[in-house]
Amino acid sequence: MAMHKISVTVNGAAREAEVESRLLLVHLLREVFRMTGTHVGCDTSHCGACTVILDGNPVKSCTLLAVQADGCKITTVEGLEQGGKLHPVQEGFTEKHGLQCGFCTPGMMLSSVALLERNKNPSEQEIREAIAGNLCRCTGYVNIIKAVQYAAEKMR
Amino acid sequence: MIPAPFDYHRPSSLDEAIGLLTKHGEQAKVLSGGMSLLPTLKLRLGSFAHLVDINRIPGLDGIKEEGGALRIGAMTRQAALERSELIRKKYPILADAVPLIADPLVRNRGTVGGNVANGDPANDQPAIMIALGATLVARGPKGERTIAANKFYTGLYETALARDEILTEIRIPVPPAKSGGAYQKLKRKTGDFAVAAVAVQMTLDARGAVASCGMALTNAGPTPLEAAEAAKFLTGKTPDAKTIAEAAKMAAAKCNPSADHRGSVEYKKDMARVLAARALQTAFERAGRG
Repeated sequence: MAMHKISVTVNGAAREAEVESRLLLVHLLREVFRMTGTHVGCDTSHCGACTVILDGNPVKSCTLLAVQADGCKITTVEGLEQGGKLHPVQEGFTEKHGLQCGFCTPGMMLSSVALLERNKNPSEQEIREAIAGNLCRCTGYVNIIKAVQYAAEKMR
Repeated sequence: MIPAPFDYHRPSSLDEAIGLLTKHGEQAKVLSGGMSLLPTLKLRLGSFAHLVDINRIPGLDGIKEEGGALRIGAMTRQAALERSELIRKKYPILADAVPLIADPLVRNRGTVGGNVANGDPANDQPAIMIALGATLVARGPKGERTIAANKFYTGLYETALARDEILTEIRIPVPPAKSGGAYQKLKRKTGDFAVAAVAVQMTLDARGAVASCGMALTNAGPTPLEAAEAAKFLTGKTPDAKTIAEAAKMAAAKCNPSADHRGSVEYKKDMARVLAARALQTAFERAGRG
């Protein structure tokens, strides 16, 4: 079985691992690094619960090999809080009741963070489009959008 | 879900990648964006002993006009196409289509080359490349060759690419003045494939009649479907509601979709007719402004 030595930067920290070719990025994060904030939802590239930010772009970590992330910078939900202070997007989800069961929340927040890094003042339509790859089965989209708008205002 | 075991290769040049494909033959598969390949491996609908990852090969991505052609590198991500000012300004057919492909997370990884070379008739860019009269550039052990997009698709998931060839670039003729295109797609939800979709690229002459027209349909049979008769029927005419309706009917008549959870054969063919009329009308209006 082919093994590969990889190094990645996860939430600013350099990490190394020896991985099988077929190991998925989401399993590297959850099972090797024990960072379980990144969720596995559908496991079929539909739901976006496994979203992480890879070199600035939100991607589905269940549809990427860990070895493909070699040398890359990864942000997971664990990396949003800085020095005990919530990221404005996290604060928005809290203030605006942007979650019910919370399962989609890490992915929703990472897609939102990536959007706000690219677009400081997104319209409601732009927010809807940015989270189109993340499914909320509680269907709490209205408050998710309010949460992102809250964060956008806070970050301006 | 975990894919069956395989060896992973990350060549740093095209020659090295082609060497790996030559060496491992049927056992090897090119990994581009992986948005179709990884789900296939995870669901174990397919398996390959060797994956050849072309993501780190320099020079395979980019969007530029050069020598009368829009050149799109095969590794160009869909998201890059979506954000391109050039595409937005001059290639409305692509500007229409890209935001309708999969979802934003998938478009951050998925590539134009992968979409074109995968041979899935449900992919959107094959029909678009046929409508645009694109040329596909492939590299293999014997060097480079070009294949017309409308000669590329030979069957369900089968293309003119040999096992040891890699699609490197797509070349689209820069549209002359008075050109316009459109892509019309019906899908049930974000991330779904098309119930039906139609790509049209049109150029008008000085009188406002159709000088040339390219037209093709997505998910209308085992391969992307070129609607050459409908396009020919329109050539020389100034499109009005009646001629557009007639051309749309001709295009839909050629469809051979299969019934599935997206609808019956009759429904899909009728949607193809409706979308064809809309795509023709929009392309015509845009060409008039162009």
